[in-house]
Amino acid sequence: MVTTRAITVKGGDVVLLVGTLKGAFLLRAPATRATWEVGGPYLAGRAVYALAHDGRAGRARIWASAASMHWGAVLVSTDDWGRTWTDPQEANVKFPVESGLALKQIWQITPGRAAEPDTLYCGVEPAALFRSTDGGRTWNALSGLLDHPHRPRWTPGGGGLCLHTIVLDPVRASRIWVGVSTGGVYRTDDGGRTWKARNVGIRAEFLPEKYPEFGQCVHKVVHHAERPATLFLQNHWGLYRSDDAGDSWQDVAHGVPSDFGFPMAIHPREPDTVYVLPLESDTFRCPPGAKLRVYRTRNGGRSWQPQSRGLPQQGAYETILRDAMATDTLDPVGVYFATRNGKLFASRDGGSSWRLAVEGLPPVVCVRAVVVDRASRQR
Amino acid sequence: MTRVTFLIPAALQPLTEGRSRLHVDVPRGAPSLGEALDALWALYPGVRDRVLTEQGDVRPHVNVFVGTESSRWSGGLATPVPDGAEISILPAVSGGRRDT
Repeated sequence: MVTTRAITVKGGDVVLLVGTLKGAFLLRAPATRATWEVGGPYLAGRAVYALAHDGRAGRARIWASAASMHWGAVLVSTDDWGRTWTDPQEANVKFPVESGLALKQIWQITPGRAAEPDTLYCGVEPAALFRSTDGGRTWNALSGLLDHPHRPRWTPGGGGLCLHTIVLDPVRASRIWVGVSTGGVYRTDDGGRTWKARNVGIRAEFLPEKYPEFGQCVHKVVHHAERPATLFLQNHWGLYRSDDAGDSWQDVAHGVPSDFGFPMAIHPREPDTVYVLPLESDTFRCPPGAKLRVYRTRNGGRSWQPQSRGLPQQGAYETILRDAMATDTLDPVGVYFATRNGKLFASRDGGSSWRLAVEGLPPVVCVRAVVVDRASRQR
Repeated sequence: MTRVTFLIPAALQPLTEGRSRLHVDVPRGAPSLGEALDALWALYPGVRDRVLTEQGDVRPHVNVFVGTESSRWSGGLATPVPDGAEISILPAVSGGRRDT
């Protein structure tokens, strides 16, 4: 019998949502972020690839994808910081029968814009984007991507054929970017009815044609809400920036020891500050020289500086996956990442110094950071 | 009418009111496994999506036995189900819990 440790969350706390291959954990700290209390495991025995906090419309809701190797994947939620979870009888994310597809995994959960508080998105494997407009009760696949003429030629990456990244334009409500491995970046400007590949300038190292229209293996895309047309992208080999909403991309891998990596995170107030975690290669997915270093740019990718203070600089055979890095919204900003070896590292000074906050977790696949509303009470 | 008994694994018992053995009447004689399962879903609809994909296929890491024979080798959902049969739904050995 698995014993789950509960946490009590107060307004002003920082809570890290940590998804692992064996369940979810909630890590709570006061605003000082000096010590972390571990709650969980929740959804024990199920792989939690995606977590999201929905604080819109007065909610304090956490969404999780809960996948059983045997019984399939569903979306569940908690409104009381993990004490109780929904348990839908019917699977809530399902492909239409006529698609011929069957859900394998839910890779990403993204609440909609503030002005549409009952809208949520999720990205799944096989690659598709689902949307709910009733607060997560019912979900439908967006047919424009499901029936896209490129789909038959998308091929699975190492993690499967997954739609793992969803970026919403906060200004143009009809614009969404998604990342598909391996399909590349796609953008809709009409709310999901039609989608165009947006990969000009992004290299596909593993194809004979190095700059195809689509087929790239994008790993993560971020942007800043105040400058939504500027995007940063960590590719399967390659660090890129776009200043035209993805119409074209420029290589910005200036000074990184490897342009291979998975995660990418952006500062909540500085649109030119971005974090990546370079890995040696696609065959040896550990930090170069076994030195664990976060690389940070403060000038939009013109240069990247290693941040190693407090991180292990020898024997660090760690792999950090695409969703396992996050920033909070405090000042100075907190930056967090966790590894497949179950270590979670935290910085409370914008990434300049780090410490091992928690170890011994199952393999981590997802980290999200929440600063709890001051008015919030444990429910 | 055919009466069968379903053996439900622990992981799915929250969807069957906690019951591990379910006696189910299938409204025809000599039903297929698919028809017997339809009768189960009619009583406990939550079990369906755990056992089958949305395409109606048994999930790859779930095994359904009629008696002691895995339906994978006896005709899949078309496997004939005799009156009085025991049908076991089991997670494949690819994972495993002691209490299933």
